[in-house]
Amino acid sequence: MKSVIFRAVAPFLTSLMVLFSIFVLLRGHNEPGGGFIGGLIAVSALAIYGIACGVEMVRRAIYFHPMAIAGAGLFAATVAGLISIAARVPFMTGLWIYPSVLGLEVPLSTVTLFDCGVYLVVVGAISSIALSLEERGGE
Amino acid sequence: MDVAALTFLALALPFVAALLAPLLTRLLGHNAAWVLALFPLAIVLHFARFWPEVAKGEVVTGGYAWIPSFNVSFSWLIDGLSLTFVLLIAGIGMLIVLYSGGYLKGHPQQGRFFSFILMFMGSMLGLVVSDSFLMLFVFWELTSITSFLLIGFDHAREAARRAALQALVVTGGGGLFLLAGLLIIWNVSGVTQLSLLEAFGPEMRESPFYLAALILVLGGAFTKSAQFPFHFWLPNAMEAPTPVSAYLHSATMVKAGVYLLMRLNPVLGGTPEWQILLPLFGGATLVIGAALACRQTDLKLMLAYTTMASLGLLVMLTGIGVPHAIEAAALYLVAHSLFKGALFMVAGIIDHETGTRDVTRLGGLRSAMPLTFVIALAAAFSMGGLFPFFGFIAKEEIYYALSGFDRRSLVFAAIAILGNALMFAVAFAVALKPFVGARVQTPKAAHEAPLLLWLGPALLAAKGLSAALLSGFTHELVSTPMASAIAGEPRAVTISVVPHVGLPLMMSIATAVIGIGIYLKLDRVRAFVATILADIGWGPDRGFDQFIRGLVRVSVALTRRLQSGRLEVYMTATFILVAFVLLVVPIAYGEFPRAPFFAADVPLHELAIMAIAVIGLVAVVLAADRLTAIVSLGIQGFAVAVIFLLFGAPDLAFTQFMIETLSVVVLALVMTRLRLSPSDHRPLAQKLPDFAIALACGLGFGLMLLKVTGVPFDATLTDFFNLYSKSIAHGANVVNVIIVDFRGTDTLGEIAVVMVTGLAILSLVRLRAGSLRRVADNDPDAEERA
Repeated sequence: MKSVIFRAVAPFLTSLMVLFSIFVLLRGHNEPGGGFIGGLIAVSALAIYGIACGVEMVRRAIYFHPMAIAGAGLFAATVAGLISIAARVPFMTGLWIYPSVLGLEVPLSTVTLFDCGVYLVVVGAISSIALSLEERGGE
Repeated sequence: MDVAALTFLALALPFVAALLAPLLTRLLGHNAAWVLALFPLAIVLHFARFWPEVAKGEVVTGGYAWIPSFNVSFSWLIDGLSLTFVLLIAGIGMLIVLYSGGYLKGHPQQGRFFSFILMFMGSMLGLVVSDSFLMLFVFWELTSITSFLLIGFDHAREAARRAALQALVVTGGGGLFLLAGLLIIWNVSGVTQLSLLEAFGPEMRESPFYLAALILVLGGAFTKSAQFPFHFWLPNAMEAPTPVSAYLHSATMVKAGVYLLMRLNPVLGGTPEWQILLPLFGGATLVIGAALACRQTDLKLMLAYTTMASLGLLVMLTGIGVPHAIEAAALYLVAHSLFKGALFMVAGIIDHETGTRDVTRLGGLRSAMPLTFVIALAAAFSMGGLFPFFGFIAKEEIYYALSGFDRRSLVFAAIAILGNALMFAVAFAVALKPFVGARVQTPKAAHEAPLLLWLGPALLAAKGLSAALLSGFTHELVSTPMASAIAGEPRAVTISVVPHVGLPLMMSIATAVIGIGIYLKLDRVRAFVATILADIGWGPDRGFDQFIRGLVRVSVALTRRLQSGRLEVYMTATFILVAFVLLVVPIAYGEFPRAPFFAADVPLHELAIMAIAVIGLVAVVLAADRLTAIVSLGIQGFAVAVIFLLFGAPDLAFTQFMIETLSVVVLALVMTRLRLSPSDHRPLAQKLPDFAIALACGLGFGLMLLKVTGVPFDATLTDFFNLYSKSIAHGANVVNVIIVDFRGTDTLGEIAVVMVTGLAILSLVRLRAGSLRRVADNDPDAEERA
């Protein structure tokens, strides 16, 4: 895209949106948000970056192939379910631990891991579609 | 450990051995056979502990709950029938493992072969001890699959691949019949375990579904046990290495169908249908199999057709319903496993040591292979039913059962004598002809087989002799419990090796005399059968090819008709169906929603939002070019998202915002990529049908939504989630808690779908029109031309 303003702002906008998407992901359990919404925000961020600076830049920025990201997400979600089996409770039962990090109690759970998996699948699958469309669209 | 855990372990042991086999073979070479043979030995030893109980006529059951909510269990049933089978499978299996150590010595894939054959052993063991229907079916199909792997072991040859596929299609397809039959039996009786089923015998036999269940079960049994006209896969399966033929296609797997019939005899047996269908198919298979055996010159094929004949004899005896027939079937089954396994291994030895299996190119091996000759003769004596081998006892019992004077008995006695005489001739054609006469030059200089090769057949042949000499002991441990289990009531087997002068002995002598006659004139018999076959011209084997080719052709034609490959057609069809479903139901049942109730005091901002949505829609319809239409659709979507937000669904609104944004971006990208003309240039007449379909869909959805909202709202789930979201799942956002916790498994499935859809779209995007080429050629005509 030719607009200089857009190209200058896009990296900052994208960074902020990705940060925001992670915020939305993590707060999702108690307030509006979650892995699905967070993932969609992150995809929009990547799409903006791609329109502004080209798909090549996006691919370099996310480092992994988008489908590999999606695969990792599916793997994480499955593992989150399997941990329960290892703990001898039915598949997908949420397990919680409350470790103390720097004096602050941080609730961690298999549910969080699962939600992160959802986030990664959405980011990976949809951005791979969007990126490949953008790539060819310019030809 | 308790007996149940040990039994489970014993059933799992072959699969463990299959895992270890490639590694052991890499370390020890062909000598890994000695280690691997210990696994079946352990199984034999474990199951031998049930012997005292089973010999007393008791039934041992055990197992674990598998899916308790569906009443499905992993459970076993050990009685005279299954114990005999277990000992045959594991015992012969042990010898086969040793034999394959010698037979495939130095083969690069010997480890894989061990692995396959042990997997098969595990499947077969599971099949014969299964108590629950589902377990029976699973192991039944597993034997088909492992048999497929073993027949196609030499996968570089096309004949082997074809034979493997054919066996899989026929026996696997038969397995589906069996499944359907078992489902009917389950529905009629209400039980899912064989051990409980026997009490429902009378109920089963009087049920109106009896005939359907019987035919389906017979479909499974007849395909597995190679009954005419499903026999053709068995001779073709001789493409497999000889240990496989000896193990699967004579001693064990092909007997699974007979096992099933014997197992269900107390439940389904004894009816006129049973007593007509089984002897009819069995008798036909016996005669046809034995006649076809005479036609062959390949040692293995001769044996394969006599196996088919023997299976026919077993089916006939199981179904004929005269006194002593069940006992005869039990005796003959054991005898057949012993002598046929030995003979196949002898055929393998001859092939291995001389380089040919063609009986016309073999002769005078007596001096080069004396030990093999003795083994072969012992097995052939048993197969021919000669004194004093176990086959003799079995045949005496068969003729004892058939020596009635009514028309039915006479017919089947004649069939049995004819079949047995033909098998007698073939037995000696295999076991005597290659060894006597003048020495014939063979591709390899013949010499005696190594220990690993002769040990198995020697033990089996010796067993055929000792089991007969110690017949009292054999009957007490094996024959009587087995016959009782098949009959479903106590039966005593008393026949001994001492011949009694009477009608059965006369029939035996007649069999032997006719058999010797055929043996001496075998060349002429062979030519005669060949002429008949040439006159018929068509056989089920060719029929199978025609069936498969026809199937492919029909599916190609059907696919070409249904799949136009034009997106427009698919979309139109889909939406017409949607509109139809949505509109027909309310019209047909007159279930229109009541007129919606409009609140009088709608706040201004809500009205404004709705107006925006409507404006967006109107803009879509009126837009001059596609890009405007896409963006206008986005406007409508955003307006709806705001409505969600206003009515207390922030998560939904949030998602809707993002989806709308991305849809606009992706649609715009797709549009540029497809290089569509900026606007729709079709004349109005072509647009109108699309417009009508869209209107019908919208109307249908509107009516449905109004109807749904008219129903009183059931708040049970809402209350449940509100109550427990925080206390159980530690989350205040109910929507998210439902997605990731309460219904987490659903979400897992959904994200898997998202991922797969992404992959599919990605590959579609990557496909370039220029680089399109046919990935697979499924045109049946192309194959014929080649």
